[in-house]
Amino acid sequence: MNMDRIEKQVLLRAPRAKVWRALADSQAFGQWFGVKLKGQFAPGARIPGQVLHKGYEQCLFEITIERMEPERLLSWRWHPHAIDPKIDYSAEPTTLVVFELKEVAEGTLLTVVESGFEDIPMARRGEAYRGNEQGWAIQMGAIEKYVGQADETTGAAS
Amino acid sequence: MSAKRMRPRAQRPKSTRRQLEKTASIFAALGDENRLRLVARLSADGPLSIARLTEGGSVTRQAVTKHLQVLANVGLACNSRLGRESVWELEPEPFDAARHCLDSISAQWDAALDRLKAFVEP
Repeated sequence: MNMDRIEKQVLLRAPRAKVWRALADSQAFGQWFGVKLKGQFAPGARIPGQVLHKGYEQCLFEITIERMEPERLLSWRWHPHAIDPKIDYSAEPTTLVVFELKEVAEGTLLTVVESGFEDIPMARRGEAYRGNEQGWAIQMGAIEKYVGQADETTGAAS
Repeated sequence: MSAKRMRPRAQRPKSTRRQLEKTASIFAALGDENRLRLVARLSADGPLSIARLTEGGSVTRQAVTKHLQVLANVGLACNSRLGRESVWELEPEPFDAARHCLDSISAQWDAALDRLKAFVEP
């Protein structure tokens, strides 16, 4: 079993340019990810954000953009699921999230890899576990509604 | 089970709490460099005797035994006697709990990508 990385692949029936916008435009990204971000994505940029879900507003959310290769690759670092506002996660190692886009006949093949979990303190994983158990399902339900509305309004622009 | 139970909340926190306490003790046992090294070693080459686990390292036989005992207390490792030697191996089940943490993060990604799909597809 691999305890260091999570890898996902999804086929999106949308052109690569549109998928790239949903990933690389911080406002669009925030809409499906469920966070209000300050600032635009650029390599090296530290983007703070506000988690939108009720009960999680106090959580510090920040991603640090690493690489941006238009319509091909976006990567950032963050503290995975840093949900306890009383804990200062800043001294801990981060995980690296990499999105890769590939044009295929049906649309865009997106690969997401989050790696570096083996450097995260074990106790911290316990925290992540607890947070996930209690809140994520509810949070995702809220995001689904929010994105459903946002999709209608942004759909016309693309 | 026929009718819908009206008080699921009264049952769930209890089992969740017990599970969390168990998970926390596992992480605490793993939160030590020497013990993590023993786990890695047993994972790759186990079962191993104390003598094998001690050789080449700077940690004494006594200390290794103590660390193994900590792992055993939370059910991460177990030992059996093979002649005069005590042989140690990992218990797979508690590692499933750690795996579960990663699985939840994995599930979050699945959900997030579903949102993305709904966001970009016509």
